Amino acid sequence: MSADAVRVWLEDVMDPEIPVLNVNELGVVRDIVWSEGRLRVDVTPTYSGCPAARVIEAAIEARIREGGIDEVEVRRVLTPPWSSTWMRPEAREKLRAYRIVPPEPDRAGGTFPWSRPAPRIECPACGAPEPERVSEFGSTPCKAQYRCTRCLEPFEYFKCI
Amino acid sequence: MTAPAASGAGVLTDGERLSLALRMGDSALVLGHRLSELSGHAPVLEEELATANVALDLVGQADLWLRLAATLLDDGRDADALAYLRDGPQFRNLLLVEQPNGDYGHTLMRQFLFDCWHFYFLAELESGADAACAEIAAKGAKEVRYHLERSSDWVIRLGDGTDESRVRMLTAVERLWPYTAEMFDLSAMFPAAAERVSQNWRASVAAVFAEATLDVPEAGWAQRGGLDGRHTEHLGRMLAEMQFLQRAYPGAQW
Repeated sequence: MSADAVRVWLEDVMDPEIPVLNVNELGVVRDIVWSEGRLRVDVTPTYSGCPAARVIEAAIEARIREGGIDEVEVRRVLTPPWSSTWMRPEAREKLRAYRIVPPEPDRAGGTFPWSRPAPRIECPACGAPEPERVSEFGSTPCKAQYRCTRCLEPFEYFKCI
Repeated sequence: MTAPAASGAGVLTDGERLSLALRMGDSALVLGHRLSELSGHAPVLEEELATANVALDLVGQADLWLRLAATLLDDGRDADALAYLRDGPQFRNLLLVEQPNGDYGHTLMRQFLFDCWHFYFLAELESGADAACAEIAAKGAKEVRYHLERSSDWVIRLGDGTDESRVRMLTAVERLWPYTAEMFDLSAMFPAAAERVSQNWRASVAAVFAEATLDVPEAGWAQRGGLDGRHTEHLGRMLAEMQFLQRAYPGAQW
């Protein structure tokens, strides 16, 4: 079984917190290599304390065993640290359809370390620009909370790291 | 993002690396636990989520540092054993982070003073020559930027808020300031980087305090000891709760 074929299996392993994205789309599977008869899968966490990380690692290992490979080691790697820019383009569209606005590059301006300008995003419900940032912290480590200033719909934004 | 460039910290001996890993890991763990105490008690829902998220990041970072410490110790203890089975005098955290939460102004002032130092020190470690520390710092730095933005925002909002909130922030500064010097003892493990950490911290604190209409205190008595295991009375009580389960039911698994 080639590493590429294993990579395809991992399309079945979804992020438990954002179940529309699989681990490949999220960009957390860094390497899949055969070494001395053992398959090694390098996985990187999105945030250092993310509770989903362990669940994802266990699910990856389970999926590979289900494919018939017993000699498998899922290894946690930190370098380079995960970046929200690693998310695949199709993942961004899936997030949007799930009503989570995908990450956009930071805008210049503001006064460090406070008052960073909000990213250029639109309300996923009505499309109005310049939503209001409610909090940089949300229901999971990777999301911030925003509110549309036109239709008042609250929504989540996948923040940049 | 206009954080000044860091040019990095040097390479450590194994002994120094262990010392750093314990001091960073214990500081992140203790502050993470203090914030966890607020779960279900934050003043507004958004802050409930923010507090829990910052706690989660810090406990995650503590896990990374304490794993490194466990590898260096190589005495059969893992990160969990270090967190749950050491006594107070074996903890190497900053005194600042073990201080009780107090009112929410006090909680946020403690957070801001720490976040600001944490942010600049991690930047030095990240660009430094010690690979084992640099990779943990690089991971943490991305998270700490968000912590610092939040705590800065709140210090400004409450300092330049109502008469009541301003008085509380002034009281918090007065109570917590003596514990700030110890942070620079920790970054002094890297003489080349220490001065930059100190300057960056002072500049950011001065800018945020100016916006918050708070005065930066004069240098005064500095309370030290946490880095060497001499703690305030508050740590023991915190550990009694944090370690209860592992002490009462040794080897318990989740």
